[in-house]
Amino acid sequence: MKIRAQFAFVFNLDKCIGCHTCSVTCKNTWTNRKGVEYVWFNNVESKPGIGYPKQWENQEKWNGGWTMDGGKLELKSGGRFSKLLNIFANPDLPEIDDYYEPFTYNYARLQNAPLSEAAPTARPLSMITGDPMEKITWGPNWEDDLAGEYAKRSVDKNMDNVQKAMYGQFENTFNLYLPRICNHCLNPACVAACPSGSIYKREEDGIVLVDQDKCRGWRFCMSACPYKKVYYNWESGKAEKCIGCFPRVESGMPTVCSESCVGRIRYNGIMLYDADRIEEMASVTNEQDLYEAQCKIFLDPNDPEVIAAALAEGINEDWIKAAQKSPIYKMAIDWKIAFPMHPEYRTLPMVWYVPPLSPVQSQIDQGNLPVGPDGAIPLAGTMRTPTRYLANLLTAGKEEPITTALNRLIAMRSYQRSVHVEGVADTRALEAAGITEDQAKEMYRYLAIANYEDRFVIPTGHEEERLADAHGFQGQNGFTFGNDSSVGISKISLFPRRRKESMEPAELAPSADKS
Amino acid sequence: MNEDIFSWNNLLFGIYPYVCLSVFVIGSWVRFDREQYGWTSASSQMLSTAGVRWASNLFHIGVIAIFFGHMVGLLTPHKVFLMIMPDIAHQYLAISLGAVFGALALIGGGILWVRRYTNRRISVTSRGSDKFILSWIMATLILGLTTIPVSIGHAGHGDPRVVTAMAEWIQSIMYLYPNPAYLEGVDTIFKLHVFFGMTVFLLFPFTRLVHIWSAPIGYLTRSYQIVRSKKVKYQSR
Repeated sequence: MKIRAQFAFVFNLDKCIGCHTCSVTCKNTWTNRKGVEYVWFNNVESKPGIGYPKQWENQEKWNGGWTMDGGKLELKSGGRFSKLLNIFANPDLPEIDDYYEPFTYNYARLQNAPLSEAAPTARPLSMITGDPMEKITWGPNWEDDLAGEYAKRSVDKNMDNVQKAMYGQFENTFNLYLPRICNHCLNPACVAACPSGSIYKREEDGIVLVDQDKCRGWRFCMSACPYKKVYYNWESGKAEKCIGCFPRVESGMPTVCSESCVGRIRYNGIMLYDADRIEEMASVTNEQDLYEAQCKIFLDPNDPEVIAAALAEGINEDWIKAAQKSPIYKMAIDWKIAFPMHPEYRTLPMVWYVPPLSPVQSQIDQGNLPVGPDGAIPLAGTMRTPTRYLANLLTAGKEEPITTALNRLIAMRSYQRSVHVEGVADTRALEAAGITEDQAKEMYRYLAIANYEDRFVIPTGHEEERLADAHGFQGQNGFTFGNDSSVGISKISLFPRRRKESMEPAELAPSADKS
Repeated sequence: MNEDIFSWNNLLFGIYPYVCLSVFVIGSWVRFDREQYGWTSASSQMLSTAGVRWASNLFHIGVIAIFFGHMVGLLTPHKVFLMIMPDIAHQYLAISLGAVFGALALIGGGILWVRRYTNRRISVTSRGSDKFILSWIMATLILGLTTIPVSIGHAGHGDPRVVTAMAEWIQSIMYLYPNPAYLEGVDTIFKLHVFFGMTVFLLFPFTRLVHIWSAPIGYLTRSYQIVRSKKVKYQSR
């Protein structure tokens, strides 16, 4: 047993309102720079839809993630040798138009335009070429709230084995928001596909990072990530990805996207797992068993044996305590209401999702949904969002765990309703869903109230443990020696790179007198 | 060396090669040491994929084959070569392999060159050095291909002297007994090609070409997953 701690997430889709505050705060913090205008470490998609980049879930097209090749776990895009053979041109690489051509508007013209009869307009400008764009035809969230033709949106891979014709009719449409960040996988395909070995997983918290100095721009990470969450900075020629806001997390703060979530749908916490079982669990033959396999890799943080082993591995007591209070563990393991997205990619992702319920409750109250004998839980498969769709998204198509989770969420509501409205606790729904009254109360606290301290249980990074000999380093903290923070005095650089400490205009818009 | 130590022949083929090689080695080293962030293939495939698969593969395979062809063909000691084949066969081999791989590189590089200058996205996002070095390499390549008819002419007369002279010269440079006099009787087109070729090494550290140093051969034997600790290793003195 090799115990490691993982900084993990749960996103409660039941409460996501698709406001994109997470995307905007993340963008403003990390990717508001030249070369990464098109990059959203965090994005929110309207589902069903083909998403960002287009059809990212279709691995027959992109060859992302892992596959079982003759009983052995192998990158779907091919092993080491094929990577080197394809190094001059990656056959699976998305093009910028698969994401979208980033654009701004010629705002300067609104203020600088010469006097004219008609009001001046701010035309869209490409943020790559600076040229005016005639028409913007795609964006990072083009399908917002089911915009666009159903025929195009329903190409969504999760619509496989779902009755497309039926859900295309207006009365039967369904919609859910899917916020996405890097999954900081336990078995990351991007790390495996990197020829220069620049991508790595941090031992302490499992955050997956790209070493910007070591990256050589071979760009196999981009295509190998089945979630398409590694991007290429066309200015620097390096790969960039969600950094799990590690500077914040190390100081005990939630990620920016989680902190700013107005719907309180995001949970950050620690999970302990057995790193020796990664390959075994990612290699389970049947795709539909992968969700359960991943559950097995997690260790019970209250088990004295696990605690002893974790301490022996050098995991700090703080971290073990955080793991015991982890909201992730409660939702994923105790209550079984959170699921990894697309476990069939075999990367063992660590952002888990609570499937969405709404607006089922109002349908039940109005008597529009057939319910079971308890009068609270709708019969399986009668909800607005097809269980099949959610199962394709979260459990490789296995519907049973999704149904159980949805029933538990409804039972918790039914129970709380009985307490608050009728004044008498009615536990029949809970019994039918297989949860106790205490669990229902706790679920209510975590899911409905979602207090800050319950959502975010983040131990600090223990900087003091980073140094092998703290005494030997005393008096040096905060200093870097050499030229680390010096930019030199010369205006030109000998080697081609972005000039340091020179203002790179964020707006490519030319001043009005020129245009 | 020539009597007149500052003759053009001496400067270009006795001193300049060492300038190029020194800048190539020391420049690469300094950049690797100080400027890792700029050390990248600077691929533009993501901005425009069309045609890249063919063009980039043809160009790279052609150029790599030509590089190793030059290495083996020119740096193998004359005596060793004679044990394998006569000089004239050596010359015909060089002509045919050079023509084949030169053509591959010319087609691929030609497409890439046109793409770099005419594809709006690529052209606008290119650094000056990207355009310059590709043009320079293409010029070197075209000069190299232009030597082929001249070389065929020599071979037709059964005269392998130019190729042997070039090999002797480059070996004199590489084995540190520089003798630019070897090149005195050589046709200008060869000299021009040699000058352009040497200059590629001079420019190398200041362009994206540095990614060649990073050919990821080690990937073949590496384990897939990489885990790094934040812990600072205690440095022994």
